[in-house]
Amino acid sequence: MTSMPTPAPYVTPDAAAYWHAAAEGRLLLRRCDECATVIWYPRPFCPSCAGSSTSWVEAVGTGSVYSFTITRKGQGAYREAGPYVLAYVELDEGPRMLTNVVDCPVDGVRVGQRVTAVFHDTGQGTALPRFRPIGADEIPAVEIAAVETAVDEPAVGG
Amino acid sequence: MTIRGAACIAGAYEHPERVIPDRTVAQIHAEVAVGAIADAGLSLADVDAYFCAGDAPGLGGISMVEYLGLRKVRQLDSTETGGSSYLLHVAHAAAAIAVGKCRVALITLAGNPRSGGRAPGGGAQGGAPESPFENPYGLSVPGMYALAAQRHMYEFGTTSAQLAEIRVAASHHAQYNPHAYLREPVTVDEVLASPMVSDPLHRLDCCVITDGGGALIVVHPDVARDLQRPKVAVLGAGEAPKHGDNGRIDLTYSGAVHSGPIAFAEAGITPADIDYVSIYDSFTITVLETLEDLGFCDKGAGGRFVMDGTLQAPFGRLPFNTDGGGLCNNHPGNRGGMTKVIEAVRQLRGEANPEVQVPDCELALAHGTGGSLGTRMGSATLILGRQD
Repeated sequence: MTSMPTPAPYVTPDAAAYWHAAAEGRLLLRRCDECATVIWYPRPFCPSCAGSSTSWVEAVGTGSVYSFTITRKGQGAYREAGPYVLAYVELDEGPRMLTNVVDCPVDGVRVGQRVTAVFHDTGQGTALPRFRPIGADEIPAVEIAAVETAVDEPAVGG
Repeated sequence: MTIRGAACIAGAYEHPERVIPDRTVAQIHAEVAVGAIADAGLSLADVDAYFCAGDAPGLGGISMVEYLGLRKVRQLDSTETGGSSYLLHVAHAAAAIAVGKCRVALITLAGNPRSGGRAPGGGAQGGAPESPFENPYGLSVPGMYALAAQRHMYEFGTTSAQLAEIRVAASHHAQYNPHAYLREPVTVDEVLASPMVSDPLHRLDCCVITDGGGALIVVHPDVARDLQRPKVAVLGAGEAPKHGDNGRIDLTYSGAVHSGPIAFAEAGITPADIDYVSIYDSFTITVLETLEDLGFCDKGAGGRFVMDGTLQAPFGRLPFNTDGGGLCNNHPGNRGGMTKVIEAVRQLRGEANPEVQVPDCELALAHGTGGSLGTRMGSATLILGRQD
């Protein structure tokens, strides 16, 4: 699954450290200096106490799957990717982040599954944090099919 | 101060077409504006307030005011919350009317994604601060709703067959709507047999993509008094964003938990009083969570609630989306809020398709969910009443 598309994120100045750390295999989180809330998504502002003094801390890199879906046909960079897993992973520090679960069969993902971070290089000095199942939570493979017909792609709910 | 009784919906018009390859979005806006103003029995020259959302071409309504030749607009509102925008527009128009800012408000929606216009998932997210942390992971519109469905199933035991009941009810209604994009009734088994798009959502859990649009005319009660059409009063409205909550997102509920109680309190009624509901149905899971959040059943009980024909008009316990909804009839411009209000108006006027007209329909609720159930949304609840 490391052949998954790894599009580069748009790097804003306030998140450059996050993306560059990911390229070194480290997952950073932003934490409020005043109320100690772990902030997600990373920003130099605490949405919990409105404090503007925040710092980077390194996450342990483990968590569990809060929810997931097997996207049968992706869009954009994922158009030719085949089925892949989009998920919310709840980090052990608290935040739930959108990500992909990789390095396992797409039908091997479960809610509550323990996962650990892996880092996929974008080739532009950044990397995407993704997650793979760990230990007993690795589930053996079964073949799964992509959508065969051209589906009437659903409309936005927005 | 309240908007209860401060304004009436005097005109409503849904574009009859679902595929419009040959006209601009501005032209479709104009067509629905003309349709709604004619329905009200007024003239565009009477319009002194204009409301539109991000689907309107140009800058915040100014371009469309020029296109339409509106000359006395003194209230302009381009509130944008995705597909729910038009419910907020009704509420904002009522508020503006209540304080004397205007008397005849026009609200329009138009789009042509079916014919290759703006793609689903497009819109105003460009440059959003959260985008770098979401977009690289291959988000898809159905995927974001599938995440909510998966978690709802995990926490409450909701099944795909229960979600399918929602599509079955919508298709049952759509067969009586000559304009519906999909008119064929479907069974639970057919929904479950349709291709998986993003687990656990099947193709038939998803709404249609259509061109088209709709428009509403909201007026001061004094204006409504002189018109011939049945009167529909705005009784209450609530609006609320719901978002990622600093990474503590809970996918099992929508912003309706906030917007619903505000609307019910303003109208002075409870869910048990409602005769008909238009529930935003981008996906079946959107309906299920919203019904729970509005208090029509307990949280987690939505799956059981929608079984046994609860949502089927005219005799189900809670008839919903009698035009066929976004699932079968129309989701113009990838935005379902306008058609939700329009069908509620039809029900209160007694002008729904006869096979699905709810007998003695006096109180209706319309609810919109703009944005995404899987991340952040603008929720809006509107309560309308027949005024004899």
